[in-house]
Amino acid sequence: MTPSSNPKMAVAEPPVVPPPTADRQLRLQRAWKEPTGFFGWFTKVHHTSIGTRFLVTAFIFFVLGGLLAMLMRLQLARPENRFLGPDKYNQFFTMHGSTMIFLFAVPLMFQGLGIYLVPLIVGTRNIAFPRLAAFSYYIYLFGCVFFWVGLLLNTGADRGWFAYVTLSGPDFSPGKRVDFWAQMITFTETSALATAVCLAATILKHRAPGMSLNRMPMILWEKLVLSFMVIFAMPAVMLSSSMLLLDRTVGTQFFNPAEGGDVLLYQHLFWFFGHPDVYIIFLPGTAIITTLVTCFTRRHIFGYLALVVSTISIGFIGFGVWVHHMFATGLPQMGESFFTAATLMIVIPTAVQFFCWIATIWEGRLQFKFPMWWVAGFFFVFMIGGLSGLMLASVPVDTQVHDTFFVVAHFHYVLIGGAVFPMFGALYFWIPKMMGRMMNEKLGYWNFWLFFIGFNMTFFTMHFLGLRGMTRRVYTYLPEMNWGWLNFVATIGAFLMGAGVLVFIINFFWSRVHGRIAGTDPWKAGSLEWAVPSPPPHYNFAELPTVNGREALWDAEPNQPIVTGVRDDIREVLITDSLDGDPDSKMDSPEPSAWPFWAAIAITGLFVGSVFSAKSVEYTSIPVIITLIGWYWPKWRETQQRKATEVWSD
Amino acid sequence: MERLSERPALDVSALPTVVFGPRNPVWLGTILFMLIEGSMIAMVWACYFYYRTRTSDWPPGVLPPNLTWGVANGIVFILSLGPAWWIRRKARAGDLLGCRIWLSVLALFGLVNIILRGFEFANLNCRWSANAYASTIWVLMGVHSGHLLTDFIETVVLAALAFTDRVDGTRFTDFDENSMYWYFVVGIALVTNFVVYGASRLF
Amino acid sequence: MKLSRAAAYATLLLLAGCQSNHSMLWSSASKQASDIEWLYWFIFWICLVVFVLVIAFFAGGLAKSNVDEEEMAPILESNEPGDRRAKVGVSIALGITVVTLFVVLALSIVTGKTTEGLTSKNPITIEVTGHQWWWELRYPNPQADLTVLSANEIHIPVGKPIVVLTASRDVIHSFWAPNIDGKRDLLPGYQSAFTFQIDKPGIYHGQCAEFCGEQHAHMGFEIVAQTMDEFQHWLNQQRKPAVEPQDAKLVHGRDVFLTHACVLCHTIRGTDAGSKVGPDLTHMGSRRLLAATAISNAPGSLAGWITDPQRIKPGVRMPANPLAPADLDALVTYLRSLQ
Repeated sequence: MTPSSNPKMAVAEPPVVPPPTADRQLRLQRAWKEPTGFFGWFTKVHHTSIGTRFLVTAFIFFVLGGLLAMLMRLQLARPENRFLGPDKYNQFFTMHGSTMIFLFAVPLMFQGLGIYLVPLIVGTRNIAFPRLAAFSYYIYLFGCVFFWVGLLLNTGADRGWFAYVTLSGPDFSPGKRVDFWAQMITFTETSALATAVCLAATILKHRAPGMSLNRMPMILWEKLVLSFMVIFAMPAVMLSSSMLLLDRTVGTQFFNPAEGGDVLLYQHLFWFFGHPDVYIIFLPGTAIITTLVTCFTRRHIFGYLALVVSTISIGFIGFGVWVHHMFATGLPQMGESFFTAATLMIVIPTAVQFFCWIATIWEGRLQFKFPMWWVAGFFFVFMIGGLSGLMLASVPVDTQVHDTFFVVAHFHYVLIGGAVFPMFGALYFWIPKMMGRMMNEKLGYWNFWLFFIGFNMTFFTMHFLGLRGMTRRVYTYLPEMNWGWLNFVATIGAFLMGAGVLVFIINFFWSRVHGRIAGTDPWKAGSLEWAVPSPPPHYNFAELPTVNGREALWDAEPNQPIVTGVRDDIREVLITDSLDGDPDSKMDSPEPSAWPFWAAIAITGLFVGSVFSAKSVEYTSIPVIITLIGWYWPKWRETQQRKATEVWSD
Repeated sequence: MERLSERPALDVSALPTVVFGPRNPVWLGTILFMLIEGSMIAMVWACYFYYRTRTSDWPPGVLPPNLTWGVANGIVFILSLGPAWWIRRKARAGDLLGCRIWLSVLALFGLVNIILRGFEFANLNCRWSANAYASTIWVLMGVHSGHLLTDFIETVVLAALAFTDRVDGTRFTDFDENSMYWYFVVGIALVTNFVVYGASRLF
Repeated sequence: MKLSRAAAYATLLLLAGCQSNHSMLWSSASKQASDIEWLYWFIFWICLVVFVLVIAFFAGGLAKSNVDEEEMAPILESNEPGDRRAKVGVSIALGITVVTLFVVLALSIVTGKTTEGLTSKNPITIEVTGHQWWWELRYPNPQADLTVLSANEIHIPVGKPIVVLTASRDVIHSFWAPNIDGKRDLLPGYQSAFTFQIDKPGIYHGQCAEFCGEQHAHMGFEIVAQTMDEFQHWLNQQRKPAVEPQDAKLVHGRDVFLTHACVLCHTIRGTDAGSKVGPDLTHMGSRRLLAATAISNAPGSLAGWITDPQRIKPGVRMPANPLAPADLDALVTYLRSLQ
């Protein structure tokens, strides 16, 4: 046990442990009981329930987005094809991109994995602000439904996932299509911001004693940086989409050049969000790689400090490169060169991460278990994407390949390489914890190879299409361009990818029933989530842990202390100091509640109503106020309970 | 972890359950919400100045907003900092009666702010659909009015709560946090006032 | 007259033989495009070397450290010499990375300066205005009657700097001919200028490169690079109003034009038709392709286009024009006579 000068870290001698485990567990079970049944579903506030919902829902939208892509590829397989007309195609590519970015990537990588894993990895019983976390799910779900209802009613968004003005404005996009897109942004950004607040608070205030900042597992650093990135980036897109919505519904002139409006302002606001957003999608991938490399090389990661600094640097520099999406607009050369420099600079922390991972593998004892295949896939795929990014960073080259399939190839390599491959690795790694059973490896290999081969078939060929002049967002192309056979190959690849994902889904359902029982720690990994049963009980830890090193389980002393004095008959959690993780106070964790659900319903009414009638806000805000007050209003019984046992700080 | 009964214990039973300020996760949550809302409105300020660079006529085609109501509301905002600060003292001392009084006073200040804000809107000297400048100042005032309404309702709810029997130690921390958020509302108000009333005349 | 018309046709047909392959590689026709291509290849080779090196080190690590055990092996205790080795290796790799990035940055800036840096005292200026979904062209001249208005087919002389002034009437478009230069967006509310110079005669295909609505996919243009004489001849021809039809069929065709919906959108200088909503048709007969390169300038395709443009470019602003066969035939003949 690392000695600490902090008197709060006093260890009682001789051992003083409360009554036998069985009684404790019963009390904890009772106190932390998750509601069951149909109505109970709407009141759950435990992070494992909410995290699971995010993972499942986001994966469903991954599949839906992928289906749209397959249909798009069918249309592009031949020149002047008539499978989809321009209207349908425009809706499909918009819905595909928007679904993948807003309904899948951030919700799965940041919200799903974050909400599920972070409270376990910090060593606490529930996430901070559990009702806010529950709310973040409902508002996300309603946003997904709202957005897709638009497509199903043939009023789907059709101006691209970034919806540039003036095309997306009131003059050139009549009807409600772009309104569905703009308001979907509001839904999903509200959700992400709420999650960010929960995760940042959990990471800063709920860590197990002994888990000082420099002992935090990489995932916690990454989620902390991500939370702040979300907090500073999401407002920009909330603003740009709301300004667009106002132009379209109440006649503001933000983006109307005839009345002082400015089309470039939209791009600046959008990409000020949009670029950090892709790092919000990529950084979770890096933390997953770090975690998997650590576990499967059986050693502490090499370069922990460098990796932390890299993660933070990417978080910062990511906000300074947005103009590289605007190199074709004719901005002054000096300004553009600055952004080239910043874009190239962000390669440095990414390269540092790569070198540290490789160094860890060289100096480790590698066991190439199945999740590591996805790490290998990440290395291969993401590297290609990063290198094509080098070309795009250079203004002259970018002016040729911008808005062509070369860019489409680049961002699919970095996003699928940087997020989807790690995602599959993460799922094969952590689903045993969530489900209690291992996934089938044979099916896993089919999943991997179908997906890997299909992916490269589809997207590698797109580099050539771009270099040969094929522009983006075209529903068809002329035969004399000679792009036909490359497009055909790309289409085949898309179906192979689809097959790979299908195999994963089959694997998941098969493994639920037939998978090998996982046990508590099948991978003999080092972080705290592997100290609890699989799946975790709703109180997470029977005994709250303390931590002695960066890999809590590997670095634990033989008699590593456990925390006592946190009540097990009510929902109570330990609050620790932000920097060194010393115990500081205790607080109640909220009981299950339906208020987050009702508040999400009310806010959905507000958001949806405002799209159809600006005046409706006067009425729809009333349920919002009522549900938020209801959410806050304390219960009498709990108030008396707290009053009876409260201890004021001095 | 095995043989739990043999593990040494880190006993936290004496730790407090009512803490004020940065020690309290709710404080952190409030700060994070302030960062979110602050970022958003800071970007609207930035839009204002961006539009300014795109034209020489400023405000374009319209008169600047009338100073009177902006200045009046600004003064009321500054005065309201007093009750807000006093609530913090009372809350940290656990003085329920003090909190009841001063929360009610703060709520009244908030009400005056809202009424004056109504007059401000009526005296912006332009319709939001006139041009980009007009749209921007309406949105600036609108977003801040959202903050103002939110904290006014929150203050009213807390004041009402203070008169019930549902007040335990953690509710005093809520009274304290609410004042901190009120400081934020006032700070944003003053900068926004400067942009809307000052920048239209100075730049 | 007939001879010059034949000459014009001949030139175009000849040039059609050397039509571009619309690629940014191995087919540049200007210094701008070839400078950019050079930079592309330079960065490409760097990328290839980096990729091979990193994958080699990754694979090497896998091979070196691989332990083939079913059970999870015990944790490695700290490995001081190993970590020292790793520190050296990572530092070297980092150093190489930083230097490489600086080189790429410097070259990008230098290439940017040379491609943007073309200035001239006597350029040919062309105003290109984007519309949904066609390109309005204007060759301005201080004398109003010498200003040329056209659409979709840009003629320029080789060996002379061309300044393009961009504008848009509606949404953002992007002007892009990969054989010639990088692209430039046409932004509503902004005007920007860029310069290029074509060295080889030929016909170079271009396409709109910013999603602009339903028929973004069919918004192409052609740059016809000719000798100075040919270009001057073309320019003079374009300056003239439409030839007065002598033939009865042509007169009939013109009447069809003037008495149907055509006049609501199109201009034919020399007649009463003066609307600026759609492309200027005064010399449309001289163009190689029509409808922003969606169809060829042949009687069949033109007739099909006039009758039902929605079949070729669904969503285009031009309505269907059901005409009696005789009217249609006369109209097509008339329009193709507008050289």
